Amino acid sequence: MDALVIAGRTFASRLIVGTGKYPSHAVMKAAHEASGADMVTVAVRRVDISRKTESLLDYIDTAKIFLLPNTAACYTAEDAIRTARLGREAGMSNWVKLEVIGDEQTLFPDNEGLLEATRVLVKEGFIVLPYTNDDPVMCRKLAEAGAAAVMPLGAPIGSGLGIQNPNNIRIIREQAKVPVIVDAGVGTASDAAVAMELGADGVLMNTAIAGATDPVMMARAMRLAVEAGRLAYLAGRIARKSYASASSPLHGVVGS
Amino acid sequence: MTIKLNGDPHEIPQPLSVSALLATLAIDARRVAVEHNLAVVKKAEYDTSIVKDGDEVEIVNFVGGG
Repeated sequence: MDALVIAGRTFASRLIVGTGKYPSHAVMKAAHEASGADMVTVAVRRVDISRKTESLLDYIDTAKIFLLPNTAACYTAEDAIRTARLGREAGMSNWVKLEVIGDEQTLFPDNEGLLEATRVLVKEGFIVLPYTNDDPVMCRKLAEAGAAAVMPLGAPIGSGLGIQNPNNIRIIREQAKVPVIVDAGVGTASDAAVAMELGADGVLMNTAIAGATDPVMMARAMRLAVEAGRLAYLAGRIARKSYASASSPLHGVVGS
Repeated sequence: MTIKLNGDPHEIPQPLSVSALLATLAIDARRVAVEHNLAVVKKAEYDTSIVKDGDEVEIVNFVGGG
C-alpha cells in the first residue's frame, strides 16, 4: 500500500489506533501488532502518586510505533494547550492530536476553541492534528491555521455508528490541501473501508478495536479493511447506475 | 512545608529539586512530564528547578487513550 505522509513523516500504515479501553495491556500489544499501525494515540494524565501502576509504555515498542499524545477531555483551548505542552515534554515529539471538546454527551468538538488552540500550538512549533466536525469549512480553516492534517469525525467518539455523512468526508478530501484522517465513529471493518473509499488518507480508531469481543482479530480486520478501502479508492470505482448492465455477452446465447 | 501535588496537599521536608522530588516518589523521570507553577519543566532543568512551600506541581505520564 502507498505510504501515508504527514508533515514530512512517512507512515507505512494508514490505520492509526488508540491505546485505551483494552481488556489488558497484553491484549493491546497484540492488537497493535495485528493492526499493522505505526502510530498510536496516548492520553496525558496525572501520575497516580499513591500506588505504583504498570506503565503503558512497557507495552508499546516505541522504536517501531510513533506516539501521538492527545488532549482528550480538555474543554478549553487553554487546557488543551497546557496538555499539549506536557505531552511534548513526556514524549519528546512535537506532535499532538488536538481535542477541544464542546459537549459532554456527544464529545463533539468546540471548533472555536479548537481553531484558537491550533493557532497557538502551530506558532509554538507543534505538528497539530485537530479532531473536528465533518465540516469542510472548518477543515479548511484549520488547514489555513497550520494544521498538518485534519481529522473529521465519522460519528461520535466510541459510538460505532459508522460514517454518518459520507458526502462531507468526500468534499473535505476534495478540498483539503492536507491529509484527511477520519477520526472516531467507526464500528466495524466496513465502516473503515467506506472512509477509505471516500478518499480519506487514513482512519483513526480506538473503541472499535479495543471494545470488540476479540480485539486482536478485529485489529486484523481493520487493517485489511483500510487496505481494501485504499486500493478501491485508488483503483477508481465504477459509476452508480439505476439499471442493470450485463456482464456476459448478449450474443451467442443458446436457443436464440 | 506543603506543596500541591497533582491537586492534593503533599508534605516535603525542605525545598527540593524536581529530580529529588521524583526520587522521593519513586517515579522514573524519563517517563513523565512535570509542570511547576503552571510552566512545563524541561528535563535538563530537573536538577536546578526548586520546589518550595506553597508551590503547585503536576506530574503526568501517558495512559491509554484514543
